[in-house]
Amino acid sequence: MSDALNIVKDTTLTYPQTLLALAKLGENTDHTIRFSDEYYTAKEEGALCDLNEGNLPYRPRYICPDYDLLFAKGCDFLGIEPPKDLLEAINALEIFYNHVPSITCYPVYLGDLDHLLEPFVLKEDRAFAKKVLKLFLLHIDKVLTDSFVHADIGPQDSVTGRILLELTEEMQLAIPNITLKYDPELTSDDFALACVRCMLKTAKPSFANHRMFAKEWGEDYAIASCYNGLKKAGGGFTLPRMRLYECSLHAKDPEDFLNVWLPHYIDLQLEYMDKRVRFCVEESNFFKSNFLVTEGFVKQESFTGMFGLVGLAECVNHLLNIKDNKKGFGMNKEATALGLRIMDAIDKRVAAHTAPYCDAFDHRYRLHAQVGIDTDGMDDSPGTRIPIFAEPTMLEQLEVNEQFHPYFPTGTGDIFKFEETYEKTPEAILPIIKGSLSRGLRYFSGYLENCDVVRVTGYLVKKSEIEKLRQKKQSLNNVTIFGKGAQDGAHALDRRIQRHEEDHSTHQ
Amino acid sequence: MPWTAGYSAMKKITAPINRIIPFSNVDGPSNRTAIFFQGCQFNCRFCHNPETIHMCVHCGECVEICPVKALSIQDGRVVWNKELCVNCDTCIRTCTRSASPKVTEMTVDELLPQIERVRPYIQGITLSGGECTIYKDFIIELFPRVKEMGLTTLLDSNGSLDFEKNPEILEYCDGVMLDVKAADKDFHEWLVRHSNETVLRNLEYLLRAGKLYEVRTIIFPGRDKDNTDTVSYVSRIIQDRCIYKIIRYRQFGVREEQQRILGDDTTDEAYAKTFVELARSLGAAKAYLV
Repeated sequence: MSDALNIVKDTTLTYPQTLLALAKLGENTDHTIRFSDEYYTAKEEGALCDLNEGNLPYRPRYICPDYDLLFAKGCDFLGIEPPKDLLEAINALEIFYNHVPSITCYPVYLGDLDHLLEPFVLKEDRAFAKKVLKLFLLHIDKVLTDSFVHADIGPQDSVTGRILLELTEEMQLAIPNITLKYDPELTSDDFALACVRCMLKTAKPSFANHRMFAKEWGEDYAIASCYNGLKKAGGGFTLPRMRLYECSLHAKDPEDFLNVWLPHYIDLQLEYMDKRVRFCVEESNFFKSNFLVTEGFVKQESFTGMFGLVGLAECVNHLLNIKDNKKGFGMNKEATALGLRIMDAIDKRVAAHTAPYCDAFDHRYRLHAQVGIDTDGMDDSPGTRIPIFAEPTMLEQLEVNEQFHPYFPTGTGDIFKFEETYEKTPEAILPIIKGSLSRGLRYFSGYLENCDVVRVTGYLVKKSEIEKLRQKKQSLNNVTIFGKGAQDGAHALDRRIQRHEEDHSTHQ
Repeated sequence: MPWTAGYSAMKKITAPINRIIPFSNVDGPSNRTAIFFQGCQFNCRFCHNPETIHMCVHCGECVEICPVKALSIQDGRVVWNKELCVNCDTCIRTCTRSASPKVTEMTVDELLPQIERVRPYIQGITLSGGECTIYKDFIIELFPRVKEMGLTTLLDSNGSLDFEKNPEILEYCDGVMLDVKAADKDFHEWLVRHSNETVLRNLEYLLRAGKLYEVRTIIFPGRDKDNTDTVSYVSRIIQDRCIYKIIRYRQFGVREEQQRILGDDTTDEAYAKTFVELARSLGAAKAYLV
């Protein structure tokens, strides 16, 4: 059977999933963008991966529109007037979202919803506002059927923020992903605790280190898709990734890797990025005629390329000939130190490269700790994470993370699964978040072990939806299939559980 | 005695530490580091980690049976190698004296860096055990240093130390979490094999001194009278002035011969809840079931 025929006969695919698969197939018949032979070899070896971005970048990978502009002046192309009340505001957003493209075809950034909607919510009766927001969230979950759809809240407390948390807990939906921009000085403990409670039950919101992001990006940053830091009214052109374990396979030893193979693969990935960025800006219609550009909702100069990587742990363990992950990266000072040397080398070489466009970033790409994909198996852990089944105590895991998170302005994060007693003691989690963010952690996610909505590697799925796929039924969410693959191949949901170790107290 | 003599003597104070849990959500409010001391004067029938009761006598029985050779005898003492240990607890099951070879004798100066490492993530520390107040001189030296780090200090105690006669231990202590295992003298002596006279005196004294953070009582299956006596006694005294945790007896880790006496099942939740209601009806408004 042809690939197209396979797609249209697959009964687990919904109609939009079928359509998107066919579109990708069509896109990939074109080979206008050509790379060097070395690049194709590296791709063949699995050392470099293009995340199946498709052969023709007809839009940037991630787009973070300026929704403040939409509310201030409306949109000519879509015939939207500046909203005057909550219903108009919600309606404007729902229309607009359908016209914000991305690599997944769905908007990866829905805006800082509390900030955008608060003036309208405050004018309404709370119960009415809650009902409107409930329908809004339902619309998002059923129409923008992709877990990379992401909304931001915070750092300040707000009525809208509170209502969104209540609804998130009540509705138990995987979409949208939510981030709290958290700054202990701007975010009250009470609001942060409400976020922790909601996170335990629904795996969202995650906590982003607001001070760290604001320092790197300015206040006008967005957290989009999984945990990607990007500029508002901008976004990310492209995100390929080095699979560091595979990159290390030719190296004789750590020095050979650092001196020969690492620069070799970095340069090939930069070649890939440069060519895609140029095509997207110079050839495709997006930056020439899309209303998002022509009406100023995004600016081409506020986009950058995201230089991704996975599998640092496995790369280091391979180079040091460590067979047991439990004795390797994250658990072993020598291994962690080599990890830092590798990151320094990548950071330096990427920073030395003059990228096309990326004007707002001094013509530089930014590093990204990619969360892995469903087919990675156990060879490459997400970004710089300690491999599943080898996680040390939460304290040690945080200490390792804190050293690596600062390298990744376009996103990284780690996920902690909590034992059930934490449901009654959310106040025990907030100091952990505060402490780790103050020491360099960029992004903290958590959930309770018995949740239905869970965080796989960066995105959210419902365990009950994975079960549907196992039974060969359709799942509305395009991402459930990734969650199933990540669980089957990489045990992504089997991460260590932070327990209260009840057997250690004499007093029962 | 010149002050330097006292100072140098203090420097040598050590305490046997069974375990340090960096992040605990069940040993007091917020996130805390829980430090478990070895040794307890009580010998509770329901103790579910009895290996913390006695000190190791270095008989060496556990050394031979350790499957990963993490134990050895050096100069007549059992020595534990943390790096080799896989925490299978074979040694603890082998020990017939309710002790553990996995104990580290530490000075305050050795313990402090471990607390400093966790400091950014915690609200405070809780000393537990075993019975931490056996090592009161150690605590008196430790607590002011911990307070200097901006952390809170709690003691989890069986109430065997007369706090009124040892005010120095409370000076830098934010509160005590006190077990009242039984109000009835005879039941206490049977259950714990120790008198409760000091415990009950401490209950009132700590409350008066504003140092009682919480009281805990375990509800045993089928012991209506004893459960009622203890919960009523405590509730009438504490009223709404401190937390009262009602805890269900759990058989996990309890020595087998004691399970045969106390029961091999966890106390029924609905049954335990009736004691929360009893406590509240008597004025202990902050009573709840753990």
